[in-house]
Amino acid sequence: MEEQKMGKFQLITKGLIKENPTFVLLLGMCPTLATTTSAINGMSMGLATLFVLVLSNMAISLIAPYIPDKVRIPSYIVVIATFVTLLQFVMQAYVPDIYETLGLFIPLIVVNCIVLGRAEAFANKNGVVDSALDGIGIGLGFTLSLTLLGLVREILGSGSAFGFKFIQGDGILAFVLAPGAFLALGYLIVIFRKLTSKKAE
Amino acid sequence: MAVQSSFKNMTICLFAICIVCSSLLAGVYALTKEPIDAAARAKNEAAIKEVLPESAVTIEEERTVDFEGASYAYNLAYDAQGNTVGCAVNVAPVGFGGPIAIKVGFDMNGVICNTKVLSQAETPGLGAKCVEPAFSDQFKGWDPAQKDLAVKKDGGDVDAITASTITSRAYADGLLLATKVFQAIGQTPMPLTEECDAPVIPSEVEESNN
Repeated sequence: MEEQKMGKFQLITKGLIKENPTFVLLLGMCPTLATTTSAINGMSMGLATLFVLVLSNMAISLIAPYIPDKVRIPSYIVVIATFVTLLQFVMQAYVPDIYETLGLFIPLIVVNCIVLGRAEAFANKNGVVDSALDGIGIGLGFTLSLTLLGLVREILGSGSAFGFKFIQGDGILAFVLAPGAFLALGYLIVIFRKLTSKKAE
Repeated sequence: MAVQSSFKNMTICLFAICIVCSSLLAGVYALTKEPIDAAARAKNEAAIKEVLPESAVTIEEERTVDFEGASYAYNLAYDAQGNTVGCAVNVAPVGFGGPIAIKVGFDMNGVICNTKVLSQAETPGLGAKCVEPAFSDQFKGWDPAQKDLAVKKDGGDVDAITASTITSRAYADGLLLATKVFQAIGQTPMPLTEECDAPVIPSEVEESNN
């Protein structure tokens, strides 16, 4: 029982550090680079992906045994696309402001390789509960990474954090633009690797 | 992977998944359609209120006017006594990242009350600053008859956003276009509606220079 619990707990924590989708697996780079212009944007994108990831993982772990091998990818994509479209409707109806900021990137969750990747690598071989936990873990890892990256870019680029301005003026504009995304992500990966490798030793 | 990949199985499987997913989507679409429309309407109404004079109480339904081959949507607004006090015109000049939808509010002297960006896809950190008050507040109380709606680089009076001349130019062009559309509205005879007795808009926009 104790060991079982530990295993479940690890399902969540492994997504945060050991299999962090952004800093370790380097998956889903398109939304990572594009939406992290501010901490709030990064966090919203991460949470939206988390939502889709958990639901699609659960649904796919349920239906996987009934899907013939040769059509599994199209089936998964249809399931994922359905959840993304649901999310899009709901966000448009109840949080139109966030929906507008994330705009194009909500439909792009469909082709985010993290979602399909987890379906292929985990959900279709495991039970509903484990798949949901895996989705939460990876989704949280993604959310935290995006928030962190967004925060760094926002501090350097706009001189504010989570929308609160603490420096007058503009900051280093390049960090809000695409080149800054690559720079900030590169340095964050370096720091992340450095910290985790120390731990391993 | 218990199920065999026979033609029959694959067809049945894909068919079933698509049926379930599309009916689910149809259901949610029906549920959220109303809130989505309401959110869009509320946003539009808030934007109209924001760009018009404070005395505007009633806002009339949207109308369209044809100007130089294109059609523009506008709303008239009345105060508590039923006098026309303002007009909100929608324009969408093309900026750096596509059209910038702007709502421009005029009082009856043709002076711009306020402007509001409804949607834009300009570069974050550069052109996207056109939504910020630091840029858009300069148009509050802007009289197009007195001040030139062009960026200073082009010899006008508009303070451009740093490093975003294209966006600023588009914004200024949009307001100039809105001014012309507003004048065109003033010259068009009002279509009679059932509820209200043809509100009269003064057409002499240029004359009232007070």
